[in-house]
Amino acid sequence: MSGGKNGKIRFATVWLGGCSGCHMSFLDLDERLVELAEAAELVFSPFVDTKEFPEDVDVTLVEGAVTNRANLAMAERVRERSGRVVSLGDCAVTGNVTSMRNLLPTSAILAPFRSADGRAGSAFLDYTSVPELLPRALPLHQVIPVDGYVPGCPPDADRIWEAVRALLRGEPVALAESMRTFG
Amino acid sequence: MSRTITIDPVTRIEGHATITIRLDDAGEVADARFHVAEFRGFEQFCVGRSIWEMPGITARICGICPVSHSISAARAGDAILGVSPPPAAVLLRRIANLASLIQSHALSFFHLSAADLLMGMAAEPSRRNLMGLLADRPEVARGGIRLRQIGQRIVSLVAGQSVHPSWAVPGGVREPLPPSHREQIAALLPDGLAIVRAALGLLEEIYDRHGSEISAFGDFPSLFAGLVSEVEGELEYYDGVLRFVDAGGTVVEEIPPEQYDLAIAERAEPWSYMLFPYYRSRGGEADGGMFRVGPLARLNICDSAGTPEAERELVRFRDLRGRGRTVTGSFHYHHARLIEILHALERIGEMLDDPELLDLHVRSDAGINQQAGVGFCEAPRGILFHDYEVDADGIVRRLNLLIATGQNNLAMNRTILQIAGTFIKGGKFSEGILNRIEHGIRAYDPCLSCATHAYGRMPLRLFLLGPDGTLLDEAARQ
Repeated sequence: MSGGKNGKIRFATVWLGGCSGCHMSFLDLDERLVELAEAAELVFSPFVDTKEFPEDVDVTLVEGAVTNRANLAMAERVRERSGRVVSLGDCAVTGNVTSMRNLLPTSAILAPFRSADGRAGSAFLDYTSVPELLPRALPLHQVIPVDGYVPGCPPDADRIWEAVRALLRGEPVALAESMRTFG
Repeated sequence: MSRTITIDPVTRIEGHATITIRLDDAGEVADARFHVAEFRGFEQFCVGRSIWEMPGITARICGICPVSHSISAARAGDAILGVSPPPAAVLLRRIANLASLIQSHALSFFHLSAADLLMGMAAEPSRRNLMGLLADRPEVARGGIRLRQIGQRIVSLVAGQSVHPSWAVPGGVREPLPPSHREQIAALLPDGLAIVRAALGLLEEIYDRHGSEISAFGDFPSLFAGLVSEVEGELEYYDGVLRFVDAGGTVVEEIPPEQYDLAIAERAEPWSYMLFPYYRSRGGEADGGMFRVGPLARLNICDSAGTPEAERELVRFRDLRGRGRTVTGSFHYHHARLIEILHALERIGEMLDDPELLDLHVRSDAGINQQAGVGFCEAPRGILFHDYEVDADGIVRRLNLLIATGQNNLAMNRTILQIAGTFIKGGKFSEGILNRIEHGIRAYDPCLSCATHAYGRMPLRLFLLGPDGTLLDEAARQ
């Protein structure tokens, strides 16, 4: 543990290819968020204004599958700069609904993006403005090594709290069997 | 020398996106764009799925408004079965949808925007968030956490869980409401009402603090669209007619919501994964057929709120622009959200007293009787449509999802252009100005369900481009 300001744990949450439901479930910690704020500093998250993933993060929870080039770059940066990385929710753990597109080629997925003159998909999109889709959406551990898993769609707040408490204590995430269900 | 300012990623919104602002040779704002960075392809990979699966799959479009998607999907299913759900099921769907609106609006106001509104647009960036608000204004932050919890709790009591409940189904809902749950919901309402009244009491402070700037946050004429109740023209989130009103308050069109595609079309741009819906009849006009949806639109299009406290607040709201005038400034989305929370709590209270609420018959059974169906409801961010065509077995062969946030796409782009043009002069800007531009997006509370989109190692990058577009210089501002 490198520890941040006031010896607090440097804590981050990231969301990749998912629906943000895991982040909503994280907010369902409700009053426990106050307890978390006392023990940890939220150094990067959709809920704060840090623009760049910082160095020396102790714990990062990652929601979502790796579905485009920006996710891929982010996943690698998260791994490089975090002590422990945990897959939060079924999309990060298995690919889940985000990977349902894998049944189709990306050209079919991008069909709605077309111009009047008939250019479609990759020929139409400007990849300097938006990230290119990968051929397949992947679970996080197929892209970077992962230190723990919190399954569920979404994992409920009690499950997330159990994992967060272990992480704050520097222990591995070892959920009870009843907390290791999918869906 | 023209330059581009990039904000990457836009933070404290529900999703991931970037903003680029192009400056001309004189350093004045020439253009601003809001780029949505993720695309997951639901309209493609849901082809081949059964209508029975659609509420569960499409809920996963969005973790903030899964209830609205599952209800719209179930309602498309109602139409395909050709049935009316039992009255108790309709009441329960309405309650869950309003409870979902409460939690979503609380998130937008307290968790995402209040730091800007109460601490200032240029407050210290590392503290300008919910955690900073907990330290500075603990009573406001804790109230917001509690209000969101009340919304989520009501969703759980009705539908079984707060995010992605497997509950709304074609023909109705899966479970009747136990009497004890009705009592628990009723017990939550007074607390919710107290918190939202206190939040309405903060508006004076907010308007004072941001006074002269408010008109820069997306104040322009546009159409407004949404549902109103059929006879009275009241606030309506589940049924009724689809109404379009212009900036002068005149009703331009009213159609059955199932025929939404007669009024609304979509176009694509190469620089965003979010399509651009527009009002067909005005697609050729200068604003491209722009219309706004969501809280501000709903309060502008209705004839009355339909519940006593919200009605009093609606009258005050319309006085913001002189008696009875349409409110055209997007900054007032925040204010509108609070009034809607108040209305939702009042309406839920009314429905709890409905004698049919606890009826055990909550699902109409039928097979596939129609080849197509449109389901809709007012989601927190605006009107949401699920439009399915199926085969004889109820397998989806084509679908169109018209999502609320997308309908504000033209207006969001117009808003950031207006803010950038107001504050960036002679090529000079500060972190506080960039946050104002982001706040212009926060006002609409878009739920993009988008992936992190951060290539650069810089929080903000400036590119100096030559006249031919070649990169001459790149600078970063930490």
